[in-house]
Amino acid sequence: MSISVRNVNKRFGDFVALNDVSVEVATGSLTALLGPSGSGKSTLLRVIAGLETPDSGTVEIAEEDVTGFSPQNRHVGFVFQHYAAFKHMTVHDNVAFGLSIRKRPKEEIRDRVDQLLKLVQLDGLAKRYPSQLSGGQRQRMGLARALAVDPKVLLLDEPFGALDARVRAELREWLRRLHDETHTTTVIVTHDQEEAMEVADEVVVMNRGRVEQVAGPVDLYEHPANEFVMTFVGSVNRLDDAWVRPHDLELTLDPGPGASEAMIERVVHLGFEVRVELVRGEGEPLAVQLTRDAAEQLELQRGQIVYVRPTRATTFS
Amino acid sequence: MLRRKLTLRAVAFMYLLMILVGPLSMIFWRIGKDGVTNAWEALIAHDTIHAFQVTLTIAIIAVPLNTIFGIVVSLAIVRKKFPGKGLVNAFVDLPLALSPVVVGLALFLLYGRTGWFGSWFIAHHIQILFALPAMVLATIFVSVPFVAREVVPTLREIGDDQEQAARTLGATGWQTFWRITLPSIRWAVVYGVVLTTARCLGEFGAVAVVSGSIQGKTETATLRVDEEYQNLNYAGAYGISLVLAAIAILVLITMTVSRPKEGTS
Repeated sequence: MSISVRNVNKRFGDFVALNDVSVEVATGSLTALLGPSGSGKSTLLRVIAGLETPDSGTVEIAEEDVTGFSPQNRHVGFVFQHYAAFKHMTVHDNVAFGLSIRKRPKEEIRDRVDQLLKLVQLDGLAKRYPSQLSGGQRQRMGLARALAVDPKVLLLDEPFGALDARVRAELREWLRRLHDETHTTTVIVTHDQEEAMEVADEVVVMNRGRVEQVAGPVDLYEHPANEFVMTFVGSVNRLDDAWVRPHDLELTLDPGPGASEAMIERVVHLGFEVRVELVRGEGEPLAVQLTRDAAEQLELQRGQIVYVRPTRATTFS
Repeated sequence: MLRRKLTLRAVAFMYLLMILVGPLSMIFWRIGKDGVTNAWEALIAHDTIHAFQVTLTIAIIAVPLNTIFGIVVSLAIVRKKFPGKGLVNAFVDLPLALSPVVVGLALFLLYGRTGWFGSWFIAHHIQILFALPAMVLATIFVSVPFVAREVVPTLREIGDDQEQAARTLGATGWQTFWRITLPSIRWAVVYGVVLTTARCLGEFGAVAVVSGSIQGKTETATLRVDEEYQNLNYAGAYGISLVLAAIAILVLITMTVSRPKEGTS
């Protein structure tokens, strides 16, 4: 079901967390709210859930104005960064919480919980307590708990932020697959652009309480709306007045038209790709991304003088 | 290193021995010396039994009231924002800093013949001073801080993530309190209740001022100890003290046993 946020403002004292924010989330989509810390992305998610009250503006879920609704009447599933597991309850009781609040029959609750625990691959751990689970397992329990009540929308607040890189990548992929199966409208907050690009259909880039751009991952990378998006999404070089991605730079040993001189500072091997760190005339740093084969052919050495030429550059007026 | 550890341990042990264990064992010793029969007779005397009944009655009223108040005030201090919050926080601790005798005197002035509330109650023939109501009020006052002092840090530590999660899952504020908040703070509440009970049973100063210590009427167990002592019936005084000390030790044991081991909650 769709979410629409219209002209929402929120201040905490002097700090402007949300500045006239409007966002539309389509039914069945997976949308990421991406931004640095303090950009207002978590506040926006909490406003949608009803955990924060906006100073002005409206929130609609499934075409219903829920601005004045308390969280328990919004029928959203919320997943917290630090799990918010009910520590005194077993995994089963955690997942069953929403259903038992709704006074569903015992057998129905048991069946639904079993089914959900299978879905999040925690079957067999129903009798454990949260303290006996790993971080990744706790977060999957958090997801099952949120999904148990068939929420209209699923809201995830940096759900994988507290996990190590390997588990994070695993859960990210798993969340994507889960969404493809259930098609629950999902909003995920993240500060990790890679996570946003990998998981989401649509990315809302936020900065200092404002929406900078809303676009699909490809569009966002290829056609950033402004300098902030260009620099926040993917790495980028400043080349005089233009912005150039590290893979849009051609590196040659001989000077050519449009090429400028630079010195190699460091060659970093990252498996398939090689990142070459250079300095230009006034000491401006520059990064070039090459394939391993291309780097080998050039036989790059630290201290060597090379020539770089942008194959594609972006300028903002 | 080992030597220093042993010395530290010896110092701590000697201190406890002198300050706590020594006087307590003296009570046992004196009873043995002055005659177990005397102590027993004093204990089963009508006035003594009545005194224990009074103490118990006061505790039964004061402990639940202070438990509820303690939990409510802790929730307010930790979870809510309101003007004067710092003042409330400080006031909860006031009874710890204030001498009970002063509390007693304050109540005496308030409910006395010329006090703000006193004249109204006297006009309506309701006995406050020299009766159970004043004793209960005095005891409630001195035992206010204990539940809140235990619950406040626990509430801070658990944070409000779990409560927010419960709200998004459809729980009302009331359901969230009973199913999430209270179970999370239960050991702090138990600990606070135990300390409150101990304080209620042991209260002397404030109650002494407002009760009038009328034998067989407004005399609590601790007042009874004083009475026997003043009457030079030492065996009796020690006998009652022994029972009070035994209750305190029982309370301590309950507390130690009931507190969950580190990391299980």
